Amino acid sequence: MSQTKTYRVSHLDALEAESIFVMREVMAEFERPVLLFSGGKDSIVMLRLAEKAFAPGKIPFPVMHIDTGHNFPEVLEYRDTRVAALGLNLVVASVQEAIDTGKVRELPDGTRNRIQTPVLLAAVEKYRFDALFGGARRDEEKARAKERVFSFRDEFGQWDPKNQRPELWSLYNGKHHAGESIRVFPLSNWTELDIWHYIAKERVPLPAIYYAHDREVVERGGMLYAVNEFIRLKDGETSSVERVRYRTVGDASQTAAVRSEADTVDKVIEEVAATRITERGATRGDDKVSEAAMEDRKREGYF
Amino acid sequence: MSQAVLEPESAPARGMDLLRFATAGSVDDGKSTLIGRLLYDTKTIFEDQLESVEAVSAARGDEYTNLALLTDGLRAEREQGITIDVAYRYFATPRRKFIIADTPGHIQYTRNMVTGASTADLALILVDARKGLVEQSRRHAFLTSLLRVPHLVLCVNKMDLVDWDQSVYERIADEFTSFAAKLDAPDLTVIPISALNGDNIASRSDKSPWYEGPSLLHHLEHVHIASDRNLVDVRFPVQYVIRPQSTTITDYRGYAGQVASGVLKPGDEVMVLPSGLTSTIASIDTADGPLDEAFPPMSVTVRLTDEIDISRGDMICRPNNAPAVAQDIEAMICWMDESAPFSVGSKYLIKHTTRTAKTVVRGLQYRLDVNTLHRDETAESLSLNEIGRVKLRTAMPLLADQYRRNRTTGGFVLIDESSNRTVAAGMIIEAS
Repeated sequence: MSQTKTYRVSHLDALEAESIFVMREVMAEFERPVLLFSGGKDSIVMLRLAEKAFAPGKIPFPVMHIDTGHNFPEVLEYRDTRVAALGLNLVVASVQEAIDTGKVRELPDGTRNRIQTPVLLAAVEKYRFDALFGGARRDEEKARAKERVFSFRDEFGQWDPKNQRPELWSLYNGKHHAGESIRVFPLSNWTELDIWHYIAKERVPLPAIYYAHDREVVERGGMLYAVNEFIRLKDGETSSVERVRYRTVGDASQTAAVRSEADTVDKVIEEVAATRITERGATRGDDKVSEAAMEDRKREGYF
Repeated sequence: MSQAVLEPESAPARGMDLLRFATAGSVDDGKSTLIGRLLYDTKTIFEDQLESVEAVSAARGDEYTNLALLTDGLRAEREQGITIDVAYRYFATPRRKFIIADTPGHIQYTRNMVTGASTADLALILVDARKGLVEQSRRHAFLTSLLRVPHLVLCVNKMDLVDWDQSVYERIADEFTSFAAKLDAPDLTVIPISALNGDNIASRSDKSPWYEGPSLLHHLEHVHIASDRNLVDVRFPVQYVIRPQSTTITDYRGYAGQVASGVLKPGDEVMVLPSGLTSTIASIDTADGPLDEAFPPMSVTVRLTDEIDISRGDMICRPNNAPAVAQDIEAMICWMDESAPFSVGSKYLIKHTTRTAKTVVRGLQYRLDVNTLHRDETAESLSLNEIGRVKLRTAMPLLADQYRRNRTTGGFVLIDESSNRTVAAGMIIEAS
């Protein structure tokens, strides 16, 4: 082969460089950015990217957790540890509090994914956030496949999929009027497998529920739900202890586990590479509502 | 894979790299079937996605599983059976990760195709073997060359419907090749395929013994993209100044940005524009430690030996190789706004690298008919999806190169100041 140097970068390095570029653009062009942090693996990777984008300085914006009140204790503990280690400001917008004060109404089925949206929008208004980093990826879901990296939201927090700004090269248009905002998705071009490869490469710690463990679960509609304070056995149901892990972390009352023996990051990568079901399809009850469930939630102002 | 391929290193040793490609065409050409096939053959379609598509197809009474439903994600698209917007799709092989910008063939095709092509290393155009080249194929080829996509692949699809007749393939390939030559088109590869049956997609088909080229996937995996990057002209647009306010780190001042082109090394003499002041690179920093060199597309932080005033929108380059410091810009633009046309005298914001300035339209030299390439010099405005050559004057200088030389420092968008919408994409021809 020729002696010339190839100056190549791996796909993970290219994705990282793009995400860091996006985060720096936001910091340079917005007044009050915030990073939406759920304690899920995507927001954890996003936080790591933010750390790298502004090093040796610290992350120059707060993180916000929309707390459904339906949490996995491991995830809350992880959140508090990380936030303290990075010296960040944490804003918690509580769905429970909004229910208690009558600002939102609990849904008949008790799930809280959908009612996060008004709580999120109220917090955006209260703190006057103008850019919100979200960990959504385009490979997750059909509606997300069509969303911009800089996604405009009107003063009601709504997404209009048919009226999106063209996005060319790496020129992101973050212009907005007061009260409007931009959702920014630095992980747009990452896939679930990319996220796991990056977690392995960067040795990013994750909440333990992402790795295989024994848990008491109940099978509902083909999905395995943990039996806990949010999900109790109904008449005729029986629970069993299974070796499981979580592929996603959401509202604990709606997030299902998958059977798994993958107790290390390398084993998870192997498992994800071989899996034939999308992570949302395998683990999210909320996406099964209709073909356009995600689009409808996004239009209302969901992540 | 049926070909014997000589590899200097094994794929795992090199790691995967990233190839972005744009597809253009309509459902009729079999584009969705082709993408569905690529995703299927690389095991990227998941069972639940397939189940959901099958269920929807059945409910609509489709005679076959409509793979277009995989990509048409929006409610309006499903209801109307059209693709509205650019959809991004992902798949990987052991050699490469691929990002597909899937652009619709009918609706707003120019705006979407230009958007998809802007970041693409390769463009994939489909034609139906029975129909041969149509107006749309030429249009797509032209837009690909306008956006300087370095590699072009023409897939002659539905070869099964012409009994794999070599002469049909040859005729289309010849016609397209001579058309592409006029466009100053990039590296061109023509592949006979059947997306429906999977012939020449993931591996070479025995139905076309006369075809000696690669399968589509093999070509996508091996097309040489490393040399497409400009490693000659050092261009580092300053994005953000990192100045930690901390008691432990004092006096740190670093210029954060993504290398647009060229190779930067500590010790290099550099010039900062627009000031023209010179200094030397003290270090190239990342969170993982300092680097010996930085090249595109790395995001790094550069420190200089001298304290000079540098802020966002400035550009670090070399004293003997600098972009133009220009307020008069001649460019091809694609108009993307439906609410109002582009016209002489209008004012916009121009966003170029990390710099945003006010700009006024000084002239419209001609409007280009993308089907005939005819130049209409009497045109007075550009409407949605029209392309023209324009003259702009900016309120402050841009640090600009010709787009053909540098896609990052030669490309820009125009933003309407009242609506904040992105209304045009521009490719610089001349900056002074």
